[in-house]
Amino acid sequence: MVAAVSKIMRNQELIMVAKKCPIVTSFNNTIGLEGHLSTRLQPNHPTDDMMGIASSMLDGLLYANGDAVIGINPATDNVEQSIKLINLMNDVINKYEIPTQSCVLTHVTNTIEAINKKAPVDLVFQSIGGTQATNTSFGVNLNILKEAHDAALSLNRGSVGNNVMYFETGQGSSLSANANFGLDQQTCEVRAYAVAKEFDPLLVNTVVGFIGPEYLFDGKEITRAGLEDHFCGKLLGLPMGCDICYTNHADADQNDMDNLLTLLGVAGCNFIMGIPGSDDIMLNYQTTSFHDALYARRVLNLDPAPEFKLWLEKMEIFKDANNYILNDDIPKSFSASLQKVIGN
Amino acid sequence: MSDLIKQDKETTVIQNPWAFLREHTEARIGLGRTGVSIPTNHLLDFQLAHAQAQDAVHLPLDTQHVVDQLNKISVNINLLSNTDTSELFQDGYSPILLHSQAVNRVTYLQRPDLGRRLDSNSCKLLSKSIDQTRVPYDLSIVIVDGLSSLAIKENAVNYIQILSHALAKDKNQWKLAPITIVHQGRVAIGDEVGEILKAKMTLVLIGERPGLSSPDSLGLYLTYNPKVGLTDANRNCISNVRSDGLSYEEAVKKTMYLLKEARRLELSGVNLKDRTSDDTLENSINNENFLIK
Repeated sequence: MVAAVSKIMRNQELIMVAKKCPIVTSFNNTIGLEGHLSTRLQPNHPTDDMMGIASSMLDGLLYANGDAVIGINPATDNVEQSIKLINLMNDVINKYEIPTQSCVLTHVTNTIEAINKKAPVDLVFQSIGGTQATNTSFGVNLNILKEAHDAALSLNRGSVGNNVMYFETGQGSSLSANANFGLDQQTCEVRAYAVAKEFDPLLVNTVVGFIGPEYLFDGKEITRAGLEDHFCGKLLGLPMGCDICYTNHADADQNDMDNLLTLLGVAGCNFIMGIPGSDDIMLNYQTTSFHDALYARRVLNLDPAPEFKLWLEKMEIFKDANNYILNDDIPKSFSASLQKVIGN
Repeated sequence: MSDLIKQDKETTVIQNPWAFLREHTEARIGLGRTGVSIPTNHLLDFQLAHAQAQDAVHLPLDTQHVVDQLNKISVNINLLSNTDTSELFQDGYSPILLHSQAVNRVTYLQRPDLGRRLDSNSCKLLSKSIDQTRVPYDLSIVIVDGLSSLAIKENAVNYIQILSHALAKDKNQWKLAPITIVHQGRVAIGDEVGEILKAKMTLVLIGERPGLSSPDSLGLYLTYNPKVGLTDANRNCISNVRSDGLSYEEAVKKTMYLLKEARRLELSGVNLKDRTSDDTLENSINNENFLIK
C-alpha cells in the first residue's frame, strides 16, 4: 500500500508528507529531530590500513561529520579483522569522548561472533531485502536478525537510547538476486522496511544509486527513487537516511547528487553519508562528501545531533556552531596527535 | 600550530594542515575549503577522474591485443608435471571469441539478463570446440569484458601466465578447457560457457565496475559445477586484482587455494571459506592508529 501510494505522488508530495513524519532514534546521541541532519562518517580503505582509516576519520571529524555513526565497510569477511576495526573506532570515540556510535558493516553472523568474543560492538549492521529469497541470498533470516538484536541489546552500551541496529536497503536488490517473484522494485523495497521495523533500528539507509543503471538508469531515476524510499520509510515509522550516490557506469554526476541532497534535506532526511571528497576508494562509487553536509546545513539551517553539536563546540571544531562555521585552525586536542605523526 | 596553517589569502582557500596524511591513503582527505566548498583544483581533479572512469565503462575490449598476448604466453616446460597443461601452454594459446545476447553497451547496461547468456552463434561455436578426448575438463578460464575492458587489457594475461605456472606445478592434474573471451558479458555468463564445455569449474576473469582511482580493477569468480541459473551464493570472488591493488601473485595464491578446496569439497560459494586472508591481512595491515597516541 505504501509503495503503491508513493507511485502516484509527485516529488513535491513525497517531500511534503515525509517532512511531516519525523522519526527520532537514539544510542549515544539523538538522531532525526526536526531541523537536524546527521552524517555517517565512512572512512573506508581498500586494505583496511589503520593509518589510512584513521586519516579519513580525522578528516571527517574535523569537517564536523560522524554523528549518525562512524561506519567502516571492511575489506574482507574476516572476523578478527572486524574486531580490530571495532576496537580502532572505540578507542577514538573513548579518547575524544565523541557522542556517537561505531559500526563495522560486516555480515550479521560475523558481528554476533565479535560480540561473543567481547568486542565493544555498538551497532549491528545488515543488508536486508523485501523477500525471503532476497534475504536468503544475503545469508540472513528473521531468526538470525533477532539473535543479533538480542546480543547487541545485552551489551547495554547506549548512553542515551537503545536502538542498536543499522540496516541498508536499496531498490533493485530483489530483482538483481532473481528473488522478486514478479513484484516491482519499490514494493520489494518497502517490504524490506517491514523487516527493519521489527528490530527498532537506529538507522535505515537506502543506498539508492549503488545498484547501478541496470535498476536505476540515470540521475533522474536515482533522484526519484531516493525520494520514494525516504517517504515510504518515514511513513512506516523508520529512521530513514539515504546514501545519495552513483556508480561510474550510471549516467549521473555530482550535480545530480547536489540536487537529491537538497531535496532530501528539505524532506527531513535523518542522515546522509560523509566521505572524503565524495570518492569511496574501497567500494568504488561516489557519495556525498564531508563538504556536502556542511553545504546542506548552511542552506537549510540543519543542525547535527544535539549532543554532537555540543561536542563540536567544545572541541573547537566549529568556530561558530550556530552558523556552521569551521575553525580555520586545527583544534588543540587533535593537533597533539598530528604533531606526533609529523615527529615520526 | 600556527606554522602548520597555510592560508592562501589570494585565493581564499583555507588549506588543511593534515593534508600531508594523503601519503597514507588514496582517499581525498585534506582538500581544504573555500567557505565550505571544495577548492576548484580538487573539483577539476575529481571531474577528470570521473570522466576517465566513465570512459573505461564504454571502451570496447581490444580483443586482438589480448589474443596476441595469450599467443605469447610461454611456460617453462620443465615446470610442467602433466602433459595436458603443457599442450595448452607451450606454444601460447588462441582463445575462442564469444558474444553475449547484449548487442551493444547500452543494451548491456540496461539488460543484465542478456549479458548473462551467450548468443546463438557463440553457443554453436563453443559446442564445436569441445575436444571429446579431453572431457570432462577440470577448469574453464573465461575472460569477460564486464564493466572495464581496460582491466582485462592490463591484467588478464599477466594473471593467467602466473596461474598457468601454479596449475602446472600442482600435484594434481588440471585439464584445461579452451580459453574463451566473451564480449558484453556478465559474471554469470561463465556458467553457460562452463556448462556447454562440460567443465567441472569455471574461473571468470571480469572487468570490475571502475572506481575513480581504479579504472582497471580485475575480478575473479570461481564456480563449481557451472550451469545456467546459478547465483552469487554459488561463487567465490577475488576482487581488486591490478597493479595498485591485489598483486597477481597474491591473487594466484588465493585462486589456487579456492580451486583446490572447491575440487576437494566438490562445491563453491558461501560454504567454501577463503582462509588464506587470515594471515595475509595480518601481515599487510598497518596497526598504527595515530589518533589514540
